[in-house]
Amino acid sequence: MSEKNIYLPYLMRIAKVTDEAPGVRTFRLEFVDEIAAQNFAFQTGQFGLYSAFGEGESTFCIASSPTRKGYIECTFRETGRVTSGLADKEVGDVVGFRGPYGNVFPIDDWKGKDLVFIAGGIALPPMRSVIWNCLDLRENFNDITVVYGARSVADLVYKHELKEWDERPDMKLVTTVDPGGETPDWTGRVGFVPHVVEQLGLKADNAVAVLCGPPIMIKLTLPVLQKIGFPPDRIFTTLENRMKCGLGKCGRCNTGSSYVCKDGPVYTLAQLSELPAEY
Amino acid sequence: MAETYTISNEALDRLFQAMAQDGRRILAPVDADGRIELQLVARPADVAQGYLQTILSAKETVFPKVERLLSYELEPSKVDLKDATPQALPTVLFGIRPCEASAFAALDAVFNWDTRDAFFNARWQNLAVIGMACTQSDAACFCTSVGGAPDSTKGSDILLKPLADASGYQAEVLTDKGRAIQALVPECFLSSEPSPFSPAVVESAFDQPALTAKLPGLFDNELWVDQSLRCIGCGACAFVCPTCVCFDIQEEADAKKGERLRCWDSCGFSMFTLHASGHNPREKQSQRWRQRVYHKFSYYPQRYGMLGCVGCGKCTRACPVDMNLKEHLKDAAEVQA
Repeated sequence: MSEKNIYLPYLMRIAKVTDEAPGVRTFRLEFVDEIAAQNFAFQTGQFGLYSAFGEGESTFCIASSPTRKGYIECTFRETGRVTSGLADKEVGDVVGFRGPYGNVFPIDDWKGKDLVFIAGGIALPPMRSVIWNCLDLRENFNDITVVYGARSVADLVYKHELKEWDERPDMKLVTTVDPGGETPDWTGRVGFVPHVVEQLGLKADNAVAVLCGPPIMIKLTLPVLQKIGFPPDRIFTTLENRMKCGLGKCGRCNTGSSYVCKDGPVYTLAQLSELPAEY
Repeated sequence: MAETYTISNEALDRLFQAMAQDGRRILAPVDADGRIELQLVARPADVAQGYLQTILSAKETVFPKVERLLSYELEPSKVDLKDATPQALPTVLFGIRPCEASAFAALDAVFNWDTRDAFFNARWQNLAVIGMACTQSDAACFCTSVGGAPDSTKGSDILLKPLADASGYQAEVLTDKGRAIQALVPECFLSSEPSPFSPAVVESAFDQPALTAKLPGLFDNELWVDQSLRCIGCGACAFVCPTCVCFDIQEEADAKKGERLRCWDSCGFSMFTLHASGHNPREKQSQRWRQRVYHKFSYYPQRYGMLGCVGCGKCTRACPVDMNLKEHLKDAAEVQA
């Protein structure tokens, strides 16, 4: 008779903790329950609500690729009560996870295309899943380019993976830091993301762009992409409005009539242009 | 077709006894020192006389102000999770107005449009509504502008209309839940032809379908700024609203145990949409007021094919700065796009 409690999280054990940047951490989480682990599946672009028991829940994307089985990863910056609670946890501790929620990056539609991923600062985590997903299915795609900018070298996340991407012959990684954010040994570029994108000589005719970053970066990069010739239905982004339920009920993540938790978080620029800018 | 009966005052007394003996609790409007509140009652005499509406809505019977979603005990490297899905008590809501009876459908729309909410459903499945048609209205009422009526049967399992001579009620038994109540004391329900009833007069104030069609084009209109200049963002409108369903999820815990609670929230609060970064998609009160109107009159119709407003006027009566939803909607319906 009783229906399932949709607010009950899975219990997850922290298998690995990686310090990414000041205040930024990645957790690798494994299911405590074997059956839950076997039944769990997600697609790239989806998100979840992560619990620090005693503090509450916060919403982050799933930062790992669905091609990597047996665990999920999340990356968060210590900001408020829940993320501080999470930051206190160590390997072996138990946290909660509800998900996967939301829509996905349509990577099946991207077969044979050039992919350009453009991220700023703490917005690489929402794109890390789809980048790895595409790299793990490398033969499906044409050129893959990742442009990643941060305020300073210290603020770059996934430094070990950036090195790996930089060394891969089958993709192009361009990293940049804001002027003044470089260190003496910095070998990447210095400059803002929109300028760097402009200088890359990208071609739009058979390409998809995925863009995620602070509002100012998005605002200044979009005109660059449009000038290169990307149509609005081939520019993707992922939104992260505040959420409590993730289930289309609590009423706060909407932008216009669209619920970011159900109709998003992945949107094309064409879709966003139909909605009020409430994000 | 609904069956029509007459219930005398004496028969209603017996119906209350029968419902109590059947294990149902009865909630009805009660006069608590001049405040009309929903309270547990034992007999019809406990029910308020001549009330317009309760101040708070009846949504609390299916969606409590605060409810536990889960609890847990913490041990080193272990979390013992406990489900808190409720066992709801069979409940009869007696004497609520047709506007409020129709509001449960709007709550159902949100709680069950996609995944099903066990908390709402446990309570709703165990709830029967005996509505009371209105013989009076006030300036805040606008049910007739949003598809309702003072004697609407929508949402009621049984609808009562007071007989002109005050000897009892005409009863329309509308649903299986209503028939189950009737079956408790069938002899109290005397078959009768519909008798004349003069419902309250509520004039239609605006053309709602036209307003809904027009809202997408009014998003950037100055109207929302003008209307909300005096809004203090207190959230009273959402608190008393029978359809406002937006909620927060909060944690109460100590080092060893805790619980996760669902609490009423309001789109009128500045923190409702505040991001961790400090960015706020609806940082101005006018944007939050617009969200309230659009959610009920544009997004609800788009997503659920119904309105998120029943025209009860509770928000208008509760507003400390006299914002009048009916008047504001009328102005929106009439403004040049």
